[in-house]
Amino acid sequence: MAISNWIQQNRKERSTFTVWKALIYVVLGFWAFMVIFPMLWATISSFKTDQEIFFSPWGLPAALQWDNFARAWTKAKLGIFFFNTILVIIPAITLTLLLSSMVAYVLARFEFRGKQIVFYLFLTGMMFPIFLALVPLYFVMQFSGLLNTVHGLVLVYVAFSLPFTVFFLTGFFKTLPTELAEAAMMDGASHYRIFFSVMLPLAAPALVSVGIFNFLGQWNQFILPNVLISNAGLDESQSRYVLSQGLYYLYGQQFYQSDWSGLFAAVTLVTIPTLIVYVFFHDRIEAGLTVGALKG
Amino acid sequence: MKHGQKRFIFTFLFIPVLIYLVFVAVPYVTSMAVAFTKWRGLSLNITFNGLNNFIKLFNDENFWGALSHNGIALIVLPLVIITISLFFAFLFTQGIKGNGFFRIAFFFPQVMSAIIVGVLWSFVYHPTIGMLNGLLGMLGVSSMKSFPWLGDPSTVYGAILAVTVWQAVGFYMVLFITGMESIPPHFYEAAKLDGASSIVMFIQITIPMLWEAIRTAIVFLALAAMDMYAIVMIMTNGSGGASRAADVVPRYMWEAAFSNGEWGYATAMALVLMLIILVLSIISLRFTRRETLEF
Repeated sequence: MAISNWIQQNRKERSTFTVWKALIYVVLGFWAFMVIFPMLWATISSFKTDQEIFFSPWGLPAALQWDNFARAWTKAKLGIFFFNTILVIIPAITLTLLLSSMVAYVLARFEFRGKQIVFYLFLTGMMFPIFLALVPLYFVMQFSGLLNTVHGLVLVYVAFSLPFTVFFLTGFFKTLPTELAEAAMMDGASHYRIFFSVMLPLAAPALVSVGIFNFLGQWNQFILPNVLISNAGLDESQSRYVLSQGLYYLYGQQFYQSDWSGLFAAVTLVTIPTLIVYVFFHDRIEAGLTVGALKG
Repeated sequence: MKHGQKRFIFTFLFIPVLIYLVFVAVPYVTSMAVAFTKWRGLSLNITFNGLNNFIKLFNDENFWGALSHNGIALIVLPLVIITISLFFAFLFTQGIKGNGFFRIAFFFPQVMSAIIVGVLWSFVYHPTIGMLNGLLGMLGVSSMKSFPWLGDPSTVYGAILAVTVWQAVGFYMVLFITGMESIPPHFYEAAKLDGASSIVMFIQITIPMLWEAIRTAIVFLALAAMDMYAIVMIMTNGSGGASRAADVVPRYMWEAAFSNGEWGYATAMALVLMLIILVLSIISLRFTRRETLEF
């Protein structure tokens, strides 16, 4: 009886098959359009003249205005912002991964007094939003002379990336087999040696996942640089801007001096690296971010 | 040997813990103390102010306005984002072609920075050159010609919330799809034999099995709703919108601290928001607790 029911059901499904599927494609297609079209439109606009942007917002550019990009890169200082961002991100991610894996390894593999304290110290840091600490952090930075400096921003990025990265890696180190480390210990290797030449290489996949997670978080970070690399009016300070605040600054400038085509070009230029990284590593990025969400 | 181990542990913990204490722990702890002081301007003239900051906050219309906007986000974001992304996740199970393409496209906004998303959508909402008014014009809606979506107090916050939804849907969809992939297929086979339709199966099997992921999503989105700093800053150009129509507490706090130099007041604001977040997290975790299915 059940089986004949099932066959009937199947037949019914087949008759509604095309309408149902067509509807699904319409819905998914609509959202894909919503996601892709604004970016496509901004990219096309970045090749236009200001005249074309205003008077034929839907048309294609008559000639490709490569000059927009040159202007954004040099005159609008996008090149400097790019360089600054890389100068912050590379040491910040390296340090985050190194220091976090050290803490995580110790927490995962050793018993010692105060272990619980260290553990909960990092755990609480994960629960609070950054803006609660913003005002005192500003003064910590000011008193230590780290305000408006690249190395200051690096240290802050590392500090705020530590909690999650430590937790992610502690979980991973706990899953690694102990035999290898024990064997190395028998051979007389020191704890340092075991960590750097046995455990760290074994942790490479986890380091890549959490590294991508940190890259996106730090590359996109807005609130910290916006406050710690400040004095927006001063030319001196602006030359230390990272990309996110540089673009914010350019966007603000837009209200005084209209260079829409240059701004569109800037947005396109900033989106391209993210897009390239995403197209090549989307599997890992997806996994890193969703695993991060489920663990965090 | 034992001594060497102790030293090793100390060496490995010292620098990370120090950095963490100086830049994270100390600021958090001091912010609680600063909230009870009268501290203005750049001087270090800090005097104890008792609960006065909190009393002032209680009578500050701008603060309540900002808090109400966070409150709106708290209801709208989880409800809308989880509904849409669950719906898309469901559509993905219907054996359609092009799964991979849709998944990659939908997820991409999550990877984009707030500033790119904010500027991109400010272009879209622009009264004269914007895509939205252009599309409306094509559809024959002439009443919206040159309508300033981000300039009008009645639309600015809605427009910003829509952008937040746009950015997050793909991420939560992938989160739910990942969760769905770990549901054993024999659950569905049994239900199918009983003649259950795919919608019934989705409601009776998939959603209960996904409950942990949905719970995570609720907590995450509640936290995002209490923040909103970056996107509001960017899309209102730092102002919180005309007549503060899109202001949120973190932005107002930023204004109090970094524009007006009212450090004590700003910190009191942060502390109140913090308490609200804490209570909300406890409530949302309590209320969503359920027997988890073992399999």
